[in-house]
Amino acid sequence: MSIEIRQELCTACGRCTQICPGSLIKLKEKKAVILHPERCWGCASCLKECPAQAIALFLGEDMGGLGARMTVRKEGTLLHWTVTKPDSSVQTITTNSRDANKY
Amino acid sequence: MDLQCIDTDFLIIGGGTAGCWAALSFREHSNARVLIAEKADIKRSGCLAAGVNALNAYIAPGKKPQDYVDYARTDAEGIVRGDLLLTMAEGLNRAVEKLEKLGLTILKDEQGQYVTRGWRNIKINGENIKPILAKAVLAQENITVLNRVNVFEYIVKDNHILGAYAIDIDKPILYVISAKAVLCATGGASGLYKPNHPGFSRHKLWYPPFNTGAGLAMGIRAGAEMTTLEMRFIALRCKDTIAPTGTLAQGVGAKQINSAGEVYETKYGLTTSQRLHGTVMENLNGRGPCYLQTIGITKEQETDLIKAYLNMAPSQSLRWLESGKGPSVQNVEIEGTEPYITGGHTAAGYWVNTNRETTVRALFAAGDAAGGCPQKYVTGAMVEGEIAAKAAIKYMDKKTPALNTDEAIKQLPKGSNVSFTVDDLEKEMQAIMDEHAGGIGTSYRFSEASLKIANEKIQELEALSKHISATDMQEFVYILELKERLTLCRSLIAHLSAKKETECYINSRLENGKISIILRPLVGEGEIYEH
Repeated sequence: MSIEIRQELCTACGRCTQICPGSLIKLKEKKAVILHPERCWGCASCLKECPAQAIALFLGEDMGGLGARMTVRKEGTLLHWTVTKPDSSVQTITTNSRDANKY
Repeated sequence: MDLQCIDTDFLIIGGGTAGCWAALSFREHSNARVLIAEKADIKRSGCLAAGVNALNAYIAPGKKPQDYVDYARTDAEGIVRGDLLLTMAEGLNRAVEKLEKLGLTILKDEQGQYVTRGWRNIKINGENIKPILAKAVLAQENITVLNRVNVFEYIVKDNHILGAYAIDIDKPILYVISAKAVLCATGGASGLYKPNHPGFSRHKLWYPPFNTGAGLAMGIRAGAEMTTLEMRFIALRCKDTIAPTGTLAQGVGAKQINSAGEVYETKYGLTTSQRLHGTVMENLNGRGPCYLQTIGITKEQETDLIKAYLNMAPSQSLRWLESGKGPSVQNVEIEGTEPYITGGHTAAGYWVNTNRETTVRALFAAGDAAGGCPQKYVTGAMVEGEIAAKAAIKYMDKKTPALNTDEAIKQLPKGSNVSFTVDDLEKEMQAIMDEHAGGIGTSYRFSEASLKIANEKIQELEALSKHISATDMQEFVYILELKERLTLCRSLIAHLSAKKETECYINSRLENGKISIILRPLVGEGEIYEH
């Protein structure tokens, strides 16, 4: 369970460095980096905070991860969650903070 | 290291659910200054960083607060504080209404009534619950939020709290904070035991890996009385992702089945601990792995479940999406987690009076740090924050103490260069607890002899931990966290050793470096408990 930060998309805004509940992300040479990926909880706070979708969540191999990456784009009350698999297939699911869980 | 002195009236340690709510409640009744010291950022810190999709403590129409007390008492086999549970239960619905006014989405029926799951749960969209709370806090005057500041030691004189020491996570700054009253709202502890995935994904826990037991350890070191630490919380969770199972079990009615497809939950019972116990027993008797039977749910239900998990445990949704095997076509495997110490689920935590004041005067505890009041969950933690905040007002007329800053510098850990690291010692600690104090590896079992070994080994590690040094502030925090966990492990082992079939509370206090066990008689609803 961890995140990866795509350096080419990072704008060095620093929001992820502030929001991570484990203080795991730092700015180095004007790019955000995760210093201890094995300390990540997988809460996805940084994904939601990143304005450039530069941060992706993935499941570690030791917990059965298959290599897919998940990013989030915010749009008003909507969160668009996009999963990209290693075969480049893409699936997006949208949640709305105005819709309550039904279960 | 630079020294900065801060003077406030009400210091709240930890800006999670209980801490934020305490700040808001305090401001409703007092104009005194509030300071929240939070080691991350209150917008996404604490247990609810990822979100939550139900409020599990609510009293549905037709039920009374006493019904909630009875439910929690049964679940904990009687060892609960009636006074704490009742005062908590009485405030639950008020807390929910206030949360809704702040902007939380709650599922309602056509008549505008909350839709309940059973009689004590309501369904919400809680992905943004922390941003909602943080926004409300930041909108208040006289509440100062110090984000990225880690409190690591109380300042106590003659058993009265005067403030706390803290360090900045990013910059070399030592804070000496003086306050008239202090609330410990830090949360409980994870990371004491070897986790489900000890390798790369070692922080894929249910309870936040950043809840290190800091508040409890500070209390233990300051001589505060602790209660019921032996009631560890072991969660039944989705395998690998350690995501909650209640949404599947209660939400879509998925039954627990073994590898032969037999429903076993009815054989063992349906309380939280019975659901886990049954799963452990089925595995031990060669009938594992165990699953929640979700095959057969509709595609619409599956889509809704994926969305529900995105709002609280996104790794589970990612698991379903990347494998292409959602819950409608594959049952969800379940397993028990390593044990946690969390007063929001069990009765483990500070021993408090009915007003949530600890045995250290002017030090209060609420939420996961406060004991005696299990099953408080999100809304109960809020109510406890409110009760503590109101009670803290009585100290506001007192003069703020002048603190001796030289003492603060003496508190800082001094290391020497040694060959082992925080990670080495943490792994060793988790292995000891796993093997000798009832972790996953022994199916949560332990003996008097194994606890004795655990106690000796943990004390050896405590001695070793004094020699680690840090090269930056982050590493410094990791050393503090390791020491907090070791302190808590020792107290936990003492409680587990004292665990017997008794009709009383098992409490403890650190005196002259030794943990003494104190047995206290049960306190019922309607009673006002004073220390």
